[in-house]
Amino acid sequence: MEITLSPLSPSVTKTFYTSLFDLQDGERVRTCLQCGTCSGICPFGYIMKFPPGKIIGAIRAEIFDHVLKTDSVWMCVSCNACASFCPSNIPITRVLMTRTKEEMILAGNVPSELQAALENTQRYGNPLGESPRKRADWTLGLQPEVNILGKTRQPVDVLWYVGDYASYHSRMQPATRALAKILNALGVNFGILGPEEYSDGDSQRLAGERGLFEMMAQKNGQVFRKYKFNQIITTDPHAYNALKNEYPALGVEYPVQHYTQFLFERIEQIKPLLKNEIKAKVAYHDPCYLGRVNGIFDEPRALLSAIPGVELVEMSHQRINSLCCGGGGGGMWLDGFQWEKAHTRLSEWRVREAVAVNTQILAVACPYEPPRFEDATKTIQAASQLKVREIAELLAESMDL
Amino acid sequence: MKIAVPIKFVPDLVEELTIDPSGTALDTTWLRLIINELDDHAVEQAILLKERSGGEVTVLSAEADGVDDFLFTAAAKGADRLIKLTGDFSAADNHALGRAFADVIKELQPDLILTGVQAHNDLDGSVGPLLAEYLGLPYVGYVAGIALDGNKVVARKEYAGGLVAEVEVKLPAVLGIQAAEQPPRYVAYSKIRQVMGTAKIEERPVSNLESSGGVVVGRLFQPEVAERATMLEGSPEDVADKLVGLFKELGTL
Repeated sequence: MEITLSPLSPSVTKTFYTSLFDLQDGERVRTCLQCGTCSGICPFGYIMKFPPGKIIGAIRAEIFDHVLKTDSVWMCVSCNACASFCPSNIPITRVLMTRTKEEMILAGNVPSELQAALENTQRYGNPLGESPRKRADWTLGLQPEVNILGKTRQPVDVLWYVGDYASYHSRMQPATRALAKILNALGVNFGILGPEEYSDGDSQRLAGERGLFEMMAQKNGQVFRKYKFNQIITTDPHAYNALKNEYPALGVEYPVQHYTQFLFERIEQIKPLLKNEIKAKVAYHDPCYLGRVNGIFDEPRALLSAIPGVELVEMSHQRINSLCCGGGGGGMWLDGFQWEKAHTRLSEWRVREAVAVNTQILAVACPYEPPRFEDATKTIQAASQLKVREIAELLAESMDL
Repeated sequence: MKIAVPIKFVPDLVEELTIDPSGTALDTTWLRLIINELDDHAVEQAILLKERSGGEVTVLSAEADGVDDFLFTAAAKGADRLIKLTGDFSAADNHALGRAFADVIKELQPDLILTGVQAHNDLDGSVGPLLAEYLGLPYVGYVAGIALDGNKVVARKEYAGGLVAEVEVKLPAVLGIQAAEQPPRYVAYSKIRQVMGTAKIEERPVSNLESSGGVVVGRLFQPEVAERATMLEGSPEDVADKLVGLFKELGTL
C-alpha cells in the first residue's frame, strides 16, 4: 500500500509556501518585511535556530527543508505575540508556526511527550489520558447536583463547556467547583456534557495536529446538537477560542463567552454578594487566548477589582504584551523537551515578575495556569510565598461559597 | 521477507475493572479494550525491518472493539496487509487464540513472526511460544533488536540484570518482542483517515476455538485485605532481636 508521506519531498519549499496561501490571510506572509520584530518578541526566539522571521527568510531562500531538519519549532508556545506585533499583520502563529509543526508531525518528527498527549486525545478524548467516564467526577458531592445533560435531558439556558484540565486536573477541580457554586448563587440555569464532552482540540491544532482537532470539533458538534441551550460558556480560553474562531468554519456555531465575560455581564448582581474581604495585592496574568488573541482584557480585571480588599497591580508584561505561561500550542506537553533546550520555564519568568511588583496573589483565568504557576513558585525561591488563584476561586471565597 | 504480526487487545486499565457475577471473569459491560503495549512494539519492529530491508508486513488480530482503528493506524505506519479473525472470542484464552492465529499464519507462510512477548492478561502463558509450538517453529522471547542475515536472524534477547544475549535463529521463526528498536511512532490523524478510505481489512471467520491445555479460572477477585502487618519499633538492634524472636516463634529458624 502506498502511503503519501509529507507532501514535501520533491520541492519542499514551494509546496509548503503555497499551502500557506490556502489558509485565512495566509497570503499576508508575502508581505513580510524581515524586520525581526516577531523573533524579538517571541519568548523563546533567542533559543530557536529558526524563529518566525527566519523561517520566512528560509522560505524565500528556498531552503525550508533546513527548518524541518531542526526541532526548534517545538519551542513555539503559540502565544501569538509575534502575530500581535507584526507590522504587516501576518497571522504568524496560526498560519506559519502551526503549518510548520504540522509538517513535522506529518514527517513523524514528534517529541515523545507530545505524542502521548495526542494519542491520549485520539483514544480518550482528552490529552491527560483519563477515563472519559470520569469527566464529571469533579461534580461529586456538590449541592445542588450539577445538571449533566445526558442524564436529565432538560433544556438549559447556558451550556458550560468545562474542558480537559478544568474537569480532570486535581489543582483545577477546586476552581471548577467554585465556578459551579457561583453560577448556582447567581441562579443561572446551566448544564454540562460530562462524559459526552470531548477535548476542544485547540492546543492540539496549534501543536500541528489539524486532523485530530477536526475530529474533536466534529464529535463536540454532534453532542451539542443533541441538546437545547441558548449559549455556551467555557472555563478555558483555548476552548473559547476554538468555539468562537475555529468551529464555525467546521459547521459548529453557537454564541460563546468565556466565563469572565459571562460573570462581568452580571457584575451588579455579584457585587452585593462579595462579603469577605481579600486583603491583598493581586496581579492578573492575561492568558494569551483570552487577552492577546481575543481582546478580553478588562472583564477579568473588573471582576477582581470588585472584590473588597483587592488592590490590583500590573506586572511588566501585561494586556497585549502579556507573557505566556508556557502551556500553549503543545507547551503543556513539551515541558521536558523545552526544559532541555532552555533550562528555564516561561511560568518561572512570570512568577518572578509577580514578585517584582510585590504581589501576594497571582490571579489567573486559564486552566493551564494554576498548575504551571504553582509549580514555578516551588522552584523559584523568591516566589515561595506567592499564591496562585483562579478568578473563580477568589470570587467564591469572597462570596463565602 | 514476509513478516506476520499477530496482536491482541487487552483490558484498558484506565477504566475501573469489575468482576462478573460469575466470579471467574471480568465484567465486560464497561470494559474497554486497548492494544497490548508490547504488541504495538512488535508492529513497530516489523515496520522498521521493512523500512530497512524491504518486505511485506501483515498485521493480524481477533475481532474486538477498536481493532479496526488499530489496523488502519498500522497501515498508515506502513503495514501492507490487515487481517481480522471474526467470531466469538469473548471466552478465548491464549491457547485458543494461538491455534486460531496458527491456522491463518500457516497459509501466509511468513519468514518471520513477531508478537509482543507478554500481555497483562496472559493467564495461560503468552501467545508467542504457544504459536511457535502449534507451527512447529523455533521461539526466542524478550527480544529488543533484530538483525536480518539471509535465512537467519540475530535476535538481541534481554535477561535480568542488564544482560543481553545475541541468539541466532534460522527462519522461519517466532520472536517475542520486549521492545522495538525505537518507540512506536506517531502517525497524524489525517493520514489514518486517508488510509481508512483505501485500506482493506481481510476478514477470516473462525468457527471452532479450541482452548484445551489452557487454565480454568476458579475464582477472580480484587486484592483482599488480609491480617494487618505488624510494625516493629525501636533501634535497629532491637528490631533485629524482635525479628529473630518472631522467626523462631514461627519455626523458620
